[in-house]
Amino acid sequence: MEWLFAISALLTVIVILGLAYRPLGDYMAWVYTSQKDWRVERGLYKVIGVDPKSEQTWQAYLRSVLAFSAIGLLLLYGLQRLQQWLPYSLGLPAPSEHLSFNTAASFVGNTNWQSYSPEVTVGYTVQMAGLAVQNFVSAAVGIAVAIALVRGFAYRRSGTIGNFWVDLIRGVLRLLLPIAVLGAIVLMIGGVIQNFNGFTEISTMTGGTQTIPGGPTASQEVIKLLGTNGGGFFNANSSHPFENPTAWTNIFEILLMLVIPFSLPRTFGRMVGDNRQGYAILAVMGTLYVASFSILTALESAGMGTAPGLAGGAMEGKEQRFGIIGSTLFATTSTGTSTGAVNSMHDSYTALGGMMPMLNMMLGEVSPGGVGSGLYAILVLAVIAVFISGLLIGRTPEYLGKKIGPREIKLASMYILVMPTLVLTGTALSFAIPGVREEIESTSIWNPGIHGMSEVLYAFTSASNNNGSAFAGLTANTPWLNTALGLAILLGRFVPIVFVLALAGSLAAQDKVPATAGTLPTHRPLFVGLLTVVTVLVTALTFFPVLTLGPLAEGLL
Amino acid sequence: MNASTRSTGRTVWVAVRTMALFTVLLGVIYTLVLTGVGQLLLPAQANGSIVRNADGDPVGSSLIGQTFADADGNPLPEYFQPRPSAAGDGYDGGASSGSNYGPENADLIAAIKERKAQVAEFNGVTEEEVPVDAVTASSSGLDPHISPEYAAIQVARVAEARGLSVDQVRELVDQHSNSRDLGYLGEPTVNVVELNLALDELED
Repeated sequence: MEWLFAISALLTVIVILGLAYRPLGDYMAWVYTSQKDWRVERGLYKVIGVDPKSEQTWQAYLRSVLAFSAIGLLLLYGLQRLQQWLPYSLGLPAPSEHLSFNTAASFVGNTNWQSYSPEVTVGYTVQMAGLAVQNFVSAAVGIAVAIALVRGFAYRRSGTIGNFWVDLIRGVLRLLLPIAVLGAIVLMIGGVIQNFNGFTEISTMTGGTQTIPGGPTASQEVIKLLGTNGGGFFNANSSHPFENPTAWTNIFEILLMLVIPFSLPRTFGRMVGDNRQGYAILAVMGTLYVASFSILTALESAGMGTAPGLAGGAMEGKEQRFGIIGSTLFATTSTGTSTGAVNSMHDSYTALGGMMPMLNMMLGEVSPGGVGSGLYAILVLAVIAVFISGLLIGRTPEYLGKKIGPREIKLASMYILVMPTLVLTGTALSFAIPGVREEIESTSIWNPGIHGMSEVLYAFTSASNNNGSAFAGLTANTPWLNTALGLAILLGRFVPIVFVLALAGSLAAQDKVPATAGTLPTHRPLFVGLLTVVTVLVTALTFFPVLTLGPLAEGLL
Repeated sequence: MNASTRSTGRTVWVAVRTMALFTVLLGVIYTLVLTGVGQLLLPAQANGSIVRNADGDPVGSSLIGQTFADADGNPLPEYFQPRPSAAGDGYDGGASSGSNYGPENADLIAAIKERKAQVAEFNGVTEEEVPVDAVTASSSGLDPHISPEYAAIQVARVAEARGLSVDQVRELVDQHSNSRDLGYLGEPTVNVVELNLALDELED
C-alpha cells in the first residue's frame, strides 16, 4: 500500500513535468535566442551601459560572470555587516565576519548553505535586499553559463558565445520573475505567510505564551526553490509549516525545484537543432532521479537502525503531514538538484538512507541538477562519455558534430576533478589539523561516533556541490567551518564555470564535422546507458572509500 | 592603463549598476508587491492562519503546534497532546528545529524509551499501541499534526478528564482529521491546535 502512494506521488511529478517539458523548454530556448529586446529590457541595458547586440568572447563572458558575482558578494557581505543600522532588522546585530563571508559566498554561489539560524540572525532587509536578490540572480547566472555552453555546440566557427548581461537580464525578467510571482501566490493560498509582522507573542489556550514568527516568506520561498537555491526563511527550512504548510504545497515545491532543470534538456535539444539529443539527456537525469528516490524510500520505509526500530519507524525529524514518502521525494529532489532545501532532517535519517542525499550530490548533481548547473555538468560528463566510448570501440570522439580533442578533454577532466578534490580535502583537513580537529569534535559535531564524521563529510559535499543541505546537527558557525566551507562554495561554483566557459569557447570556434559511419549516435539508448554508467562510475570510484568510513560503516555494522 | 584593465574596470562598473538595479527590483519592489497581494487578497494565510477563541482573542496558529502542558511541563490530560518538539523548550516559534539526532544516538534512544513509557502510562495503553509520531520529534519542532492513531489512543483520556462521552470526543476528532491531500499525497493527520480549540469551545 505504501508503495502505491510512493508511485502515485512520483507519477504526479513525472506527468506534470512531462506536460511542462516541451512548452517550457521551447520557451527558454526562445528567451535566450530571440533577437528582439523588450522595451523594458532596452531601458535596463541603457542604465547598465550594455549594447545587447554585441556578443562576447568566452573570456569576456567569464569576466562578466566573475565581476557580477564579486560585486554581489561584496554587497551581501556589506549588508550583513551593517545590519544593526538597516531598517526592519528586528533588533538583530551584524553577524560575525566569518559568518557574513560564509553566507555571502553561499548565496552568491547558488548554494544557500546556512551556518546560522535565520530567526536569530538575519532581519528582513538582509533577507529581502540581500538573500532574495541573490536567489534570483545566482540562478540566472547558472542558466546563462549553461546556455553559453549550449551555444558552443550550436555555433560554428564563432569567436563569441553570447552576451552575459543579456542572458542574465532575460533569465530574470522573462523566466524567473513571472513564475516566481505566480508561484508565490499559490504558496500563499496554501498558507505560506507574507507579512512584516516580526515576532508576535500570543497567549495560548493553556495560558502560556508562544512566539509566532512573521516575515515576507512566500516571496522568498518560491525563488529559493525555483532557482534551486534552498536557503530557508526559517531554521527548519521547508519543514516549517509557514514555508510548506500542506502535503500539496510539498508537491508544488518539489515541482518548482524540478521544472527548470528537467526542461533545460529540451532547450538544449532545440538550440542544437536536434530534439532527440535533449531526450537522451533527459533520460539519463530521469533514470538517476527515479532510482535514487526508489532506494531512499525503500531504506526509510524499512527504518533500519536502533532508534527507528524502537520507535516503530523512521519518523524522527519528519513532519506528520508529509510522512516518509513526502519527505524522501523532497530530499531526492532537493539534493538531486542543487537546491538543498529540506522538509525533513537528513541527520536523523537511517544511516544508509542518509547516504542517498550525499550520493545525489556526489554524482555532481545531475539528477537533474541545479538550474543551468545540472545541464552543464551533464554535458561535461557527456563529453567524457563520448571520449571513453571512442577509446573503447575505436570510434572518433565527437559530440553534436564537434570534435572532442585534447583541449576539450583536458577542460572536461579538470571540471570533473574540482568537486571531489574540494570535498575530500576539506573533510580530511577538518580532522587532520590538530586545533581544528579539537574544535570539530568538541563544538561542531552533534552526533558522536561515526555519524559525526558523516556530518562533516556531508557539509563539504554540500558546499562543494553548491547544494546547501546539511546534516544539520553540525554546528558550522565556527571560524574554521565558515571559512573552509565558504571557500569550498566559491571554488566549487566558479572554478568549474571557468572550465565550462573555456569549453564553450573552444567548441564554438570549431566548424561542424559531418557525421560518418564512425560517429557514435548520442540520442540512442546505448548512449543513455553509457552516460549513466560513466556518471555513476566516476562518483563511485571517487567516493566509495570515504563512504565506508561514514554512512556505510554506520548502516552495515 | 592598458586595454585589459580598462575593459575589466568597465565590466565592474556594469556589474555595480546591474546589481543596484536588481536590488531595487527584486529586493524591494518584488517583495512589496507580493506582500500587498497577500495582505489584500489572502490576509488570513499571509498573516499566519491565526486561530481565535470564543472571545475573539488570538490563541495560536492552526499551522503551528503548541504545548498543552502545565507550568511545570506536565501534559494536561484534558488536551490532546502533540508530538515531541525540539524547537527551543518545545514549540518555540522563534526557534524552529528538529533534534538532528542520528539513528544510533544514545540520547535519542533513551528519549524514545522514556516517551514510549510515558505516553503508554498517560493514556492507559500498552507500549506496543504507542504510534511512531508520539515518540519522535518532528523536523520543524512546530508540527501541528498527529496521526489518527495517536489521536485515537488519547480519546478516552480526554473524554474522562473533561467529563464528556467518548463518542462526543471521537466525533470532534473526526471533524478535525484530514485524509491525504487529493486522497494520496502525504499522510492522514489530526490538527491538534484546532481540535483542542474545538474542545474548549464545546465546554463554553
